[in-house]
Amino acid sequence: MKQKLVVIGNGMAGMRTVEALIESAPDLYDITVFGAEPYGNYNRILLTPILYGEKRIDDIMIHDFAWYRKHHITLHCGPGKTVVDVDRNRRRVIAKDGTEATYDRLLIATGSLPLILPIPGRDTEGVMSFREISDVEAMIAKSLSKRHAIVLGGGLLGLEAANGLKQRGMNVTVINRADHLLNRQLDNEAGDLLKSQLEAKGLRFELGCTIENIISRNGHISEVELNNGSSLPADLLIMATGIQPNIALAKAIGLDCEQGIVVDDAMQTSDSDIYSVGECVQHRGELFGLVAPVYEQAKVCARQLTHRTDSRYQSLLPATRLKVTGIDLFSAGDFNGGEQCEQIVFKDPALHIYKKLVIKNRRIAGIVLYGDTGDSAWYLDCLKSRTDISPYRDCLIFGRPPLPIAA
Amino acid sequence: MNEKTIKTTCPYCGVGCGIVATVDDAIGHQVTIQGDPDHPSNFGKLCSKGSALGDTVSVENRLLYPEVHGIPCDWNTALDTVADGLTSVIRQYGPDAIAFYVSGQLLTEDYYVVNKFMKGFIGSANIDTNSRLCMSSAVTGYKRAFGADAVPCSYEDLEAAELIVLTGSNTAWCHPVVFQRILRTKENNPALKIVVIDPRRTATCDSADLHLAIKPGMDGLLFNGLLAYLAQNDALDKNYIAAHTEDFEWALQSARSSAGSIERVAQDCGLSVADVEKFFDWFANTGKTVTVYSQGINQSASGSDKCNAIINCHLATGRIGKPGMGPFSFTGQPNAMGGREVGGLANTLAAHMELDNPEHIDRVARFWQTDRIAPRPGLKAVELFDAIDAGTIKAVWIIATNPVVTLPDADKVKNALKRCNLVIVSDCIKNTDTVDLAHIRLPAAGWSEKDGTVTNMERRISRQRPLFPFSGLAKPDWWIISQVAARMGFKHAFDYRSSADIFREHAALSGFENNREGQPRDFDISAFADLTEGAYDRLQPVQWPVTKMDPNGTARLFADGKFYTPSRKARFIAIRPRPPVNKPDPNYPFTLNTGRLRDQWHTMTRTGLSAKLNAHKPEPFVEIHPLDAARYHLQTHDLATISSLWGNMIARVVVTENQQPGSLFVPMHWTAQLTSRGRVGVLVNPVVDPHSGQPESKQTPAAITPYRAIWYAMVLSRSPLMLDDIEYRVTVKGNDFIRYELADRTPFPSWRDWLKSLSGESNNPHCLEYSDPERGVYRSALIIDGRLEVCLFVSSTPPLPETGWLETLFAQPQINKEERLRLLSALPPEGQEDCGRLVCSCFNVGEKSIAKAIREFNLANVEQIGQRLSAGTGCGSCLPELKRFLPRQ
Repeated sequence: MKQKLVVIGNGMAGMRTVEALIESAPDLYDITVFGAEPYGNYNRILLTPILYGEKRIDDIMIHDFAWYRKHHITLHCGPGKTVVDVDRNRRRVIAKDGTEATYDRLLIATGSLPLILPIPGRDTEGVMSFREISDVEAMIAKSLSKRHAIVLGGGLLGLEAANGLKQRGMNVTVINRADHLLNRQLDNEAGDLLKSQLEAKGLRFELGCTIENIISRNGHISEVELNNGSSLPADLLIMATGIQPNIALAKAIGLDCEQGIVVDDAMQTSDSDIYSVGECVQHRGELFGLVAPVYEQAKVCARQLTHRTDSRYQSLLPATRLKVTGIDLFSAGDFNGGEQCEQIVFKDPALHIYKKLVIKNRRIAGIVLYGDTGDSAWYLDCLKSRTDISPYRDCLIFGRPPLPIAA
Repeated sequence: MNEKTIKTTCPYCGVGCGIVATVDDAIGHQVTIQGDPDHPSNFGKLCSKGSALGDTVSVENRLLYPEVHGIPCDWNTALDTVADGLTSVIRQYGPDAIAFYVSGQLLTEDYYVVNKFMKGFIGSANIDTNSRLCMSSAVTGYKRAFGADAVPCSYEDLEAAELIVLTGSNTAWCHPVVFQRILRTKENNPALKIVVIDPRRTATCDSADLHLAIKPGMDGLLFNGLLAYLAQNDALDKNYIAAHTEDFEWALQSARSSAGSIERVAQDCGLSVADVEKFFDWFANTGKTVTVYSQGINQSASGSDKCNAIINCHLATGRIGKPGMGPFSFTGQPNAMGGREVGGLANTLAAHMELDNPEHIDRVARFWQTDRIAPRPGLKAVELFDAIDAGTIKAVWIIATNPVVTLPDADKVKNALKRCNLVIVSDCIKNTDTVDLAHIRLPAAGWSEKDGTVTNMERRISRQRPLFPFSGLAKPDWWIISQVAARMGFKHAFDYRSSADIFREHAALSGFENNREGQPRDFDISAFADLTEGAYDRLQPVQWPVTKMDPNGTARLFADGKFYTPSRKARFIAIRPRPPVNKPDPNYPFTLNTGRLRDQWHTMTRTGLSAKLNAHKPEPFVEIHPLDAARYHLQTHDLATISSLWGNMIARVVVTENQQPGSLFVPMHWTAQLTSRGRVGVLVNPVVDPHSGQPESKQTPAAITPYRAIWYAMVLSRSPLMLDDIEYRVTVKGNDFIRYELADRTPFPSWRDWLKSLSGESNNPHCLEYSDPERGVYRSALIIDGRLEVCLFVSSTPPLPETGWLETLFAQPQINKEERLRLLSALPPEGQEDCGRLVCSCFNVGEKSIAKAIREFNLANVEQIGQRLSAGTGCGSCLPELKRFLPRQ
């Protein structure tokens, strides 16, 4: 008799776990997956190209319905299949529409939700987030008839949304509370470079401020008022101010939660039969928003589910490898630098290249690469291995030194 | 040979190589230079400097028109001003208030005219020449021994020799073509032994069978020791001594008392007994011995004595006047010998006659038809500038030389000129340290325009022929002098129409009353006294004497054992060896030596224009032994301040075992035009030989301390930059770029702002930057229209990156993205070669390419390197250096 695995969440983290599991132990579990969106598993990172019109939904599917059938996975998806309760005593999962499934092991991969700031008027028509396929469809629809788009949030998602809407022909202004863009990933200088490059593409920016009030006309957003006293016409407002772990269900069923669902190195929650991976979890105090650590969690979790209990999740160094609207960016470690830190900087403004290495005790402590990320892997390797870079410090920023010429 | 092909002579060292010049574009001064295969001095070979002559004949930095007090003018104005100036000084203070300081760079005709003017018509002998710094001790040595300034040998004697002793001569670098000739001889005759006597281990030593790294200045003692050894070991030619010499016993006694045993010689010279014995033994037992000596012997307060100590050994063994034998002085300049022939020195008169000989004065006066011949010898170079400094000389005319760089205590010379009432300078170069101080500047024709003759160090007269018309208003030096002489009332004696005119007169004087009463003068070219213009044009290289009896010249003097003393016997000179006058002391513990480099010539006014020649040793440097370097906390690439009682300079440190402990070496070439603090002349002690007046340029007590700048920078720029107020600055001309090496002890305001100011706009996006403030590192580059314009490397510690690859980028019309991103690393992208520091300047082969080829192809000797890379197959000047790359045997 096979064991039963139920997965709550049909997103990238959960399905990566399932994929790893069926690769190593295809016959171990009967698998049932619940998903709130009416699709198979798709690559959320590629929503932007859909917004640009470069890709269609089919193009971003990681696992279509046929895949689930082929691997005998039961998929319950769509709004009615949102899981509303888990009976931990009877090991039973209950969806909104009453669908139930029992489990021996449960994996919660509910991901995250957009963080909606409590701005007056936020429920007005034309105010939305950028998270799901339905959001993208709504944005495309608006862009066909409306003119002025506002994006709140100068992070990765906000900039992607802004660039997409610009390409759809809208006037786009990005509003960011910090005074430089991508402030979680870039230092000031790189953020400024990014800003001027995006300005050259026609985007506008209001930095160091936020929206105070959303004004509507006929029930539809018409204007936003900023805390710096100015106001901007607005037909569409995208809230891209960050995400928060989606922990409502886990909390409701009594799992230990702080900001996220607390998991240990085995990706187990406070209930040893329940695992959790992805943006909903909190591991050793850390939350997640990027794909690399999430995939690492999926790998560890799949191994645990096949009883390879020696596999432990270790916090990866936060490294960001990004492509914002065609611009290569990379950052890792303590890229702002602090006391006892030294900085090595290279700039070629005309080629839009900026590189900074933060050095501490003769070792790389932080990396920012803008416009040329070719050597990111090597730098990251040096950073992780705590390599003493003094012998080639003078050519470090120009890439891996060629083999030394024998004397 | 086509119409545009012209045979001429190289203007650099005393070897006197023949050149075949093919003028490709007379207006644009484009010329292809090759060795003249028919010229008996070089048989087609040229060294790196000669080969690069084509790079140095542009009008860049040429003085093209006369200037009086900085204002350009025509010749009439300039000549009138000069004539009036001289006349008024003479009227007020007498002829001895005038001085001339001329040059071994002058052609014989120019040299003859200026000496005739000064000694014969102005009536003062205060005319000296830069040859005073070069070979006046050799002149004294020959005159004392032979009764005449007569170089007995020929290059063919080097080929016939079985032992060649090179003492005080880095022949490999200073006379490369003759050195190659010696090496070829050695290849054909492995029995030939080469002994090098030099405190430094130079490139010449790489081919030596024995190198005696003698204590600086002790050569006189060594040769005295040799004379004593020859006597003791029955190696004397007693018959020759008896028949053809005098004063032998006197000399031997002196030798025995100062250097009577090998042990004593070895100890005093800082050599091993075995090495000294080996040298003495080889000399005693090898009949065919040539001793070559040059500045290491001459530039000494006892230089004349050292020359005679050497000549004594040749006379004592009868090794003179025969093939493969003789004491052979190597001269530094192309026409040092021509200058000697016309009486260029302050104490000599034309055609090897003497100013202290009333008979000679009378003879020359009758020949020149003048009654104003200078009644006594004039001031020698160092005294002459002392007299300018003291104000007793009121007007000086400097021709084709740069005393502000080359004389000892050079800042004194500079101050003397600043203080002098009238400084006239004739030169082909617009900006030199000396021209900069002139009140009147006269544009002289340059090498590629001049027409006349020169004499090389084996007494061979060769023609220099013009390749191009005169640039600007430039005129031959003889014309300028003659014009001034005419304006001062001597037109009748200076009515020359051509160089040939002057040459005929010079030849006639050499034969005038020669051999009267059985007293011949050695210098006799009377066969040319009636040379037609056409014959002068066609004149073939020939060794003097050239007389009606020997119309084809004379390869070797003294074959008959007859000399030019009154007794017709050679004289031994008793030598009491003396160490250098100024000895190191606790404050100045080193002996500072100066000398030449392979690829530079004198004060770099010409060779410094050739990127190729600048590549070998681009920056002034000081060589120091590793033990001393450790003691004074110096490393290769550091900068150091070198100081003496007379002045100080800053140079790049090179730590090398080639240098003896306790001694320093600094090249002599750098000037204030190219460096802020690179003039070694300011340190050199103004001590002179009492007989020859030649300065002791090779031994000055000196101190060295690290120069700790707070920043070091290197700039490569397509256009010249203003970088004046920087304590240490060296300018190096490259191909399509100029390189600046900089350092200072005060902060530079802002390199960033400085570079941006060059770009013309404050926010030029094509301004690349790299910074590592912790290490004081800042680098930036400016790219204009895709072309590299400037790049800058700053660091708080040396060394800065090597520039080899960066320099090649200036030749490119565009640099690609990969190169651009690598630019500020100074390292080429993978797959692109960085050939490294230049070694072979004929074929542009660098040290990295050589090392790589040796490694990859297992090359075992210089021939194989040559086959693979061509390095060393051109002029051969780099062959000694190539050997150092080969695996040790």
